[in-house]
Amino acid sequence: MFTEENLHKVEEIRKRYPKPMAALLPVLWVAQEQFGWISEDVMHYVADLLGLPFNHVLGVVTFYTMYNRKPVGKYHIQFCANVSCMLRGSDNLIEHIEHRLGVKVGETTSDKMFTLSEVECLGSCGTAPMMQVNNDYYDNLTAEKIDNLLEEFKKQANH
Amino acid sequence: MSETTITTKLYVQGSDTAFPKIVLPEIPGLAKIEVYESNGGYGALKKAIGMQPDAVTDEVKKSGLRGRGGAAFPTGLKWTFMPKQTEKQKYLAINADESEPGSFKDRQILESNPHQLIEGIVIASYAMGIRTAYVYIRGEYYKWMTILQGALDEAYAHGYVGESILGSNFSVNIYIHRGAGAYICGEESGLMESIEGKRGYPRVKPPFPAQNGLWGNPTTINNVETIANVPAILWNGAEWFSKIGAQKHPGTLLFGISGHVNSPGVFELPSGTLLTDIIYKYAGGVIGDKKIKMVIPGGSSMPPLRGDQVEGVRMDAESLKAVGSAIGTGGVIVMDEDTDLVKVLLRVTKFYWHESCGQCTPCREGTGWMRKILQRMNDGNGKVEDLDLLIRVANNIEGNTICALGDAAAWPVKFTIQRFRKELEEEILRQSRSAA
Repeated sequence: MFTEENLHKVEEIRKRYPKPMAALLPVLWVAQEQFGWISEDVMHYVADLLGLPFNHVLGVVTFYTMYNRKPVGKYHIQFCANVSCMLRGSDNLIEHIEHRLGVKVGETTSDKMFTLSEVECLGSCGTAPMMQVNNDYYDNLTAEKIDNLLEEFKKQANH
Repeated sequence: MSETTITTKLYVQGSDTAFPKIVLPEIPGLAKIEVYESNGGYGALKKAIGMQPDAVTDEVKKSGLRGRGGAAFPTGLKWTFMPKQTEKQKYLAINADESEPGSFKDRQILESNPHQLIEGIVIASYAMGIRTAYVYIRGEYYKWMTILQGALDEAYAHGYVGESILGSNFSVNIYIHRGAGAYICGEESGLMESIEGKRGYPRVKPPFPAQNGLWGNPTTINNVETIANVPAILWNGAEWFSKIGAQKHPGTLLFGISGHVNSPGVFELPSGTLLTDIIYKYAGGVIGDKKIKMVIPGGSSMPPLRGDQVEGVRMDAESLKAVGSAIGTGGVIVMDEDTDLVKVLLRVTKFYWHESCGQCTPCREGTGWMRKILQRMNDGNGKVEDLDLLIRVANNIEGNTICALGDAAAWPVKFTIQRFRKELEEEILRQSRSAA
């Protein structure tokens, strides 16, 4: 199921550790990059690849919040709602995004473009309020800034 | 050694600023190896490799360097716990899992000075006879992981990491291990479980990591900022370092200040700097010139201080202990006089409830109970007696769990109620009136 390139990556990852189990987290990242989320089939595949029990893989995938257990939109918005962001108005901004996208926290838009999640502290308290979209951080947010970003993402997606 | 004649702007930069900038020098482009080298970078490694490994540890011990990850444990002493005569592989794990709410300082090192971290890792590995080091970086820090990997590739290419470093018979490999979203993996034994490819369940201690760490081997875990200080200590000597800032907690600290201040950010200042200086001089004061209601001095799990209590408080481990708090990660969160403390407590408690790994009943259940009680208060259905109930639950979590997450969840609740009882009682009565 992995591409040739990713199979090669797995071999490289395994060399970093004395035990195959230690490759599990990085290999799950490779899987998520290729498939977008970690289905049960993917867990079985990774378990066989590393010679681990399926239950162990399931246990790890369900422990860590960043492994997606269902498909997410093209843009996964993860909004920080912890103290420093809350003090700078994250509550209102999350509501603002909900209205804009017509979804609640935890949901994906019907066109599969955006998934909105509320997350714990992302370590960017000095530039609060902030959110992470896919791999990137967006800081010092305002409603206006968010609107512009959402438009930007839609444009990018249509290209 | 001839290296000591190199003019270095690194490690000691402070000429154009009032204080030394040890880990975050203001040198543009420092993340590139050429810039780092031309400012004297990797000079400390050359010096260290010319010393006996034990002498390196001694220097760090004498400097008084203490861990910057929250517990402020003496770093050199920690290194001496590693067994010398052993057949086993030894490991170093660097904790870059920065996730305590209010903490955002290690990220600055990863972004603007990754080579000093790498240099520190190699020196620490040399001192302890370690051949494999892992940097455990939180999954969300994708950008900073990429920057660090880039710097690591450069360091390998220049012969500072890998086989036969600088022509010596010392070799060490450094690998980045990406986390996947779990605060508990910042706890050192949870971190090791996570590197081993498991759920991040903290281990019962003893045995401690220096005896029984990664895969049962001797392991030392150090924070990013701690290790980034090591090259400067080796270069300038222990005595130089020990004279900066507070005597018992020397050096500079990275203070990340957030919340209701005009200019939030990370400031590198000598330990023992006045909290009021950080708030008013460096972070530009409180937004709208409001009064301060509460300050959390070292990340969300540290006991909060009252606004009328911050005058004269110095930011180092001993001074904060004396006022009933702790330095933690130096993450300062400022809240103005209009802040709703019930809402803040609910938010903090929700975090620890969400992040509790679930192994220990007091933490797993207790954090949930506290969350429910605080939710009830926040909805306007709280009672004044709930404050005592919360303290009772917190007391039953504190000290009764495998790791410190239990205490981290209990302290903010317990100490906020102790220090703000009158305000909280008024708030509960006001909210229940408006709900009625």
